[in-house]
Amino acid sequence: MSAIREGTRQVMAWLHGWTGLALGWVLFVMCLAGTMSVFKPEISRWMRPEATASAGRVEAIAAATSWLAANAPKSTGWYLTAPDDRANNVEATYDTGGDYVARALDPVSGAPVARETLGGEFFYRLHFELELPFPWGRWLASIAALTMLVALVTGIIAHRRIFRDFFTFRPRKGQRSWLDGHNALGVLAMPFHLMITFSGLVTLASLNMPWGIVANYGDDLAAAFHDLAPGAVDRPVAGRPATLAPIAPMLREAERRFGGAPFSRVAIANPGDAASVVTVYRSDAAQIGATTAEVSFDGPSGRVIGAWAEMRPAVGTYAVIYGLHMGRFANGLLRWLYFLGGAMLTLAVASGMILWVVKRRERAPLSLGNRIVERLNVGILVGAPIGFAAYLCANRLLPPGLADRAQLEVTVALDTAGLALLVALAVPPRLGWPLLLGVLALLCLAAPIVGNGLSYLAQALARGDFVLPVTDALLVAVAVAASVGVRTVTRRRSDTRRTMRGRAMA
Amino acid sequence: MGARAAERRGWRYRGNVAARVLAGSLGAYGVASCLAMAVARLGAGGRIDGVIAGTLCAYLAVPAVAIWAFLARGPWRAWGGVVVLVAAFGAMAWMIGPPAR
Repeated sequence: MSAIREGTRQVMAWLHGWTGLALGWVLFVMCLAGTMSVFKPEISRWMRPEATASAGRVEAIAAATSWLAANAPKSTGWYLTAPDDRANNVEATYDTGGDYVARALDPVSGAPVARETLGGEFFYRLHFELELPFPWGRWLASIAALTMLVALVTGIIAHRRIFRDFFTFRPRKGQRSWLDGHNALGVLAMPFHLMITFSGLVTLASLNMPWGIVANYGDDLAAAFHDLAPGAVDRPVAGRPATLAPIAPMLREAERRFGGAPFSRVAIANPGDAASVVTVYRSDAAQIGATTAEVSFDGPSGRVIGAWAEMRPAVGTYAVIYGLHMGRFANGLLRWLYFLGGAMLTLAVASGMILWVVKRRERAPLSLGNRIVERLNVGILVGAPIGFAAYLCANRLLPPGLADRAQLEVTVALDTAGLALLVALAVPPRLGWPLLLGVLALLCLAAPIVGNGLSYLAQALARGDFVLPVTDALLVAVAVAASVGVRTVTRRRSDTRRTMRGRAMA
Repeated sequence: MGARAAERRGWRYRGNVAARVLAGSLGAYGVASCLAMAVARLGAGGRIDGVIAGTLCAYLAVPAVAIWAFLARGPWRAWGGVVVLVAAFGAMAWMIGPPAR
């Protein structure tokens, strides 16, 4: 590894540190929310414990469209995701004359389930929109991802011994331990980190790197999107009301054209209009490439008016990179590996941020700037998980049927995280760390219990449904980890105090 | 607090770092954008194929240029590299011209 000059390595280490610090907190929130999104459907199920009805995907979509036809007939579009072996409700996005709403629809009755919540969608949206208005959230996420790409590459070059770091951990040695931990987390899952960062940039490509489109299409964006998805049928509103033909035969016809593969999403444009279009997309749960086949139907008659299966190598490459980021193809063990990879990246970011402070504290008293960094570390590295845990608790405590319930849950999450951040900024970190870690542990312990939690657990076990028990177990595991954190921080402090007292006596 | 720390507070040092930060961020994005345009127009398969190839290449240019900006012997050389690449890729895209419909 001596091919790289020592000076080069130092420059890389310097660049790695500063690029990591620049957007580290944003990256931490993105990585944590992204990791949770791996289990988006499972989180949604945990958050809708009473909505346990299930039906086949064709029947569920038929129920959803008949409810929507009665309750949102003037909509400009219904966008439905069918239930599968992971989700039991229909996820619907539609408008009733105003803004779009997202609702989980009961697969049997087609009506929205009582406990109105964004479920796992909250983490998924937070991951790349960061609760900021369009397009600013996606811009910030793109800039953060580009910065992380630079941080990853410089981190790798700065490294002396990639292989040895697999096996190096020297605990309880301050800076050395944090460095070993940071290196191990970065090195062990390095291919995952590179893949997920690069593919994440690709998912937002039309926003963050539109210059290829500009070069080849000028400002004719519609032509670019048509070339990307030539199957899409886009036709103007006719202005005459009409009713949809029965949807089940369309869904079955689409599956026949997919060669028997199941559909996953259905989009119905202008459902109450004579020019309505029903587009059915093939599920990508059994292939890496994201959504590569679709069939479109004339709404009122149910005739096929367009069909497309993606076979072009370049677009296929794009679909595979996109699909690698979404990870919907990953089932069983592979899904847990996505979760583990994401968790390791999240912890690598967190340990890197802590290392920044620890390294400087061991050399000299911290400057004002670095003391602020230290407190922001407490506030965001623990504050964000506190907000997430509060979101889960709010889900159990807010009564079903409350107006604006879904938004209230999000407000609780953001306000709790904001409050944690303020506390962390106000109190010294030696108090802030154990205090906030303690709050996190309590919230994670509360989430499975509060608001009838234990009876939901009993019901799930009686049904043989393991999503809720496993989620509860993970929450308890986080609570245990946070308590160990509290113990470690407080014990280390009393250790230092003892040594200082010992020194004073000598 | 040695001579090195004092040097770090000087305007010369700060200007040097600021120039490299700009070259490594805005400059890197500029190179990436021009590369995306050049490869998009170079792409033989079709209009959209070129766009995809160009976009994928562009992301790889960002860390490369960012690293160059800080490894170059001085800030002038860092910016020189950025300007040369922007000019080269930009000229390439311009000379190929937009694809025929």
